[in-house]
Amino acid sequence: MSDAFLTNLTFYVLSFCVIAGGIFVVSSRNLFHSAVFLVFTLFSVAGIFVMQHAYFLAAIQVLIYVGAVAMLMIFGVMLTTQLTNVRLRHVNEQAWPAFAVCLFFLGFLVYGLWDTPFKISQAAAPAEVTRAIGTLLMTEYVLPFEVVSVLLLVALIGAVVIAKKE
Amino acid sequence: MAEATISLNHYLMLSGILFTIGVFGVLTRRNAIAILMSVELMFNAVNITLVAFSDFVTPAALTGQIIALFTIVVAAAEAAVALAVVLLIYRSFKGINVDRINFMKW
Repeated sequence: MSDAFLTNLTFYVLSFCVIAGGIFVVSSRNLFHSAVFLVFTLFSVAGIFVMQHAYFLAAIQVLIYVGAVAMLMIFGVMLTTQLTNVRLRHVNEQAWPAFAVCLFFLGFLVYGLWDTPFKISQAAAPAEVTRAIGTLLMTEYVLPFEVVSVLLLVALIGAVVIAKKE
Repeated sequence: MAEATISLNHYLMLSGILFTIGVFGVLTRRNAIAILMSVELMFNAVNITLVAFSDFVTPAALTGQIIALFTIVVAAAEAAVALAVVLLIYRSFKGINVDRINFMKW
């Protein structure tokens, strides 16, 4: 068992989890099952991030996506749907044209990206990725950082104002 | 050994497939929350691409990872506001199937 083989195996298993989870999210009739498979997919994407040496992002992915966003989705499912009523049609009448369009789109992407050469850099990544990200956020990217914090505040207040009862 | 390791294109393929799945969900699902979940899938596909380019093309600068971080924050804000809107729609329409919500169409 070589290192490269294990890396390949990890990548393909994680990719399979991501894609299968995504397909179940999109095709499941029961909305709650969709939410659970969404959590599964998001976890697998965190694994992909670890493979790409983005350890901090993997942690953030689990905290924000799996912890907060998926929980929000499940709350939304609970608040708005009759879960017993799963026999309803869950796709609209454009499913087959949409499928064709998506296949075409995917074919286009594969055609464009299959063996396009990119400028692969051999530079070494920073030894401590998290420290480097923290430094960058406080120096070079401090303006976007502040803007995004204001955006979060606005979204918080906006969500409360929109959803509150008159 | 030539084919042995995972290249940038592998990650781009994975991301493309996930993005297409998300697009399909957005186009076809009737339930508004299912559409939101599909949008989250698309966000994740984009993040995989950003981090892949960060890892392979600019490993020292980490630009892609920072932008992916901001994407995650914006996605969280989007999810909060969108679910508030969905809740409001549910209250006034007694359902969240988007093909019934056409009062802005003329």
